[in-house]
Amino acid sequence: MRVTRVAECVWEIPPTEKAGMQVPARLYASETLFSRMDQGVFDQITNVACLPGIVRAALCMPDGHWGYGFPIGGVASFRADTGVISPGGIGFDINCGMRLLRTNLTEAEVRPRLRQLVDALFAAVPAGVGAAGILHLTGSEFRRVMVEGAAWCVARGYGWPEDLDRIEGRGCLPGASPDAVSERAISRGMDQLGTLGSGNHYLEVQVVPPGGLHDPQAGKILGVEGPGQVFLMLHCGSRGFGHQVGTDYLRTFDQVMRRYGLTVPDRELACAPFRSPEGQAYFGAMTAAANTAFANRQLITHRVREAFGAVLGRDPRELGLSVVYDVCHNTAKIERHEVDGQLQELVVHRKGATRAFGPGAPDLPEAYRELGQPVIIGGSMETGSALLVGTARAMAETFGSTAHGAGRTMSRGEAKRRTRGETLLRDMEARGIIVRAASKSGLAEEAGFAYKDLASVVDTLDRLGISHPVASLVPIGNVKG
Amino acid sequence: MGRYTFLEDVAPADCAIELEGQDLDDLFETAAAALAELMVDPTTVPREVDRTITVTAPELDLLLYDWLAELIYRKDRDREVFTRVGASVSGAGPFQVEAEAQGGAIDPARTLLRADPKAVTLHQLAVTRVASGWRARVVIDI
Repeated sequence: MRVTRVAECVWEIPPTEKAGMQVPARLYASETLFSRMDQGVFDQITNVACLPGIVRAALCMPDGHWGYGFPIGGVASFRADTGVISPGGIGFDINCGMRLLRTNLTEAEVRPRLRQLVDALFAAVPAGVGAAGILHLTGSEFRRVMVEGAAWCVARGYGWPEDLDRIEGRGCLPGASPDAVSERAISRGMDQLGTLGSGNHYLEVQVVPPGGLHDPQAGKILGVEGPGQVFLMLHCGSRGFGHQVGTDYLRTFDQVMRRYGLTVPDRELACAPFRSPEGQAYFGAMTAAANTAFANRQLITHRVREAFGAVLGRDPRELGLSVVYDVCHNTAKIERHEVDGQLQELVVHRKGATRAFGPGAPDLPEAYRELGQPVIIGGSMETGSALLVGTARAMAETFGSTAHGAGRTMSRGEAKRRTRGETLLRDMEARGIIVRAASKSGLAEEAGFAYKDLASVVDTLDRLGISHPVASLVPIGNVKG
Repeated sequence: MGRYTFLEDVAPADCAIELEGQDLDDLFETAAAALAELMVDPTTVPREVDRTITVTAPELDLLLYDWLAELIYRKDRDREVFTRVGASVSGAGPFQVEAEAQGGAIDPARTLLRADPKAVTLHQLAVTRVASGWRARVVIDI
């Protein structure tokens, strides 16, 4: 496959390289990251470029790797009037995302109670296979969660009113349709609110390392004061509810494509016209799952505040335990972007990619509007994460999108052959990171060496100008499913 | 029981499984065993429940999809994992699997947990007849 470097850190595969490509495929990566991208990325991003109604190009972010259907790190935009929507371009974990909480605490204050804090978080936030949630709702209440998202939680005391302003879309995306959700999805996910899940999902206690505040001015606006400050980072999504919505509609779309005369190079890319009854039903169900994911992260935030307050014997407000921001990285959203010199209404799919709106975007909270949208990039559990902000360049180049993580480079099996969960736990503890995990083998699968170097990903985003680094964060405590 | 192999060179962030069975019943039983192995150490799950599970689908590969999706669904809804399954596959389109599934509830105090599968994908999904019986490939989202 012919890939041409068209600009610094930008690589392009022309539409002539695969039958059916409607637009080029564009990969964003430094030479080093590009050389390490697996073959699946190239196959999959060119498959995405074949989907009907796609505009400009199929994009892959620097953390891109082989997924199923879309590559992880994939971004694709389709005209809302003539294009499609594809559950495979969003993933089963609808609105999997990141939330960052700041504190007024320093590592020196937290370190003596760290083990107690991590134990309290592990007890407060159910994690792992088969974990039951912290609320038991009726079907009608759960339907309200689908529509109201994080606001449902705040209205019932699970959060602070100001939290909502610091969530993408205020934690409630418009267009949710509980009627488009199956009873199976409801019965699967109704009892899982407030759970973390497993795999690469986590809840971390983090600190800004020495030299980790890269833009003090932006940091001040975001509540990042400097090295030693303690943060909490949360990575999880819509749990079984969203997984079932994805499962249901993937099966539906696989069957209805023939009716619309659609073909795709990979069945996982099954799609339907966005304006079709099936497309609209999926959008309504997917949005319901996205709102439920916001509620899930909001409930976990509430439990985190309770746990910190109880262990430290102080009011969470006194601890300054406020939300910096909450971003989705598995969604399709209706957005307006400029294409061929005209503003168009697009269905922007982001699969393992983060929205990164630049300064002035109306969706941003007033406090951040001049700065740009906070972007939270979760790295590996050993090496750390990053806080950045979106840029005008991202709006022009990537439909206001950026990377979502470090990007996996190693199979889960290989990671388990290289280390054991118990060994990793001991090694991390020796380095000052206290870990509690529901699954030891799952812990080994998430070892730092299984991921790309996050610093390389962040450096590439900075060189591309699609996100601007504000701070680095390193873990000192980790809860895993 | 047939054979299953976790493939590491396909979708490395997730779990690709190659399945082989001497017949379709064996293939579907093997698929259930592979899924249980992925989620937990099966020896740490009590055999305390018996469930009859019936799934139908228009095509054979979709039957495998729906079968595994049903077991994942029950893992979340009932928190049950099935470690011994007897399956009977019938039909010529639509197809049906009727299974007697034995297993138990996940108990974090005694069940050794592994991965928490989210869903079955259609990526590279295939069920094919081979000289020795049946072979399938399926990728599970982790």
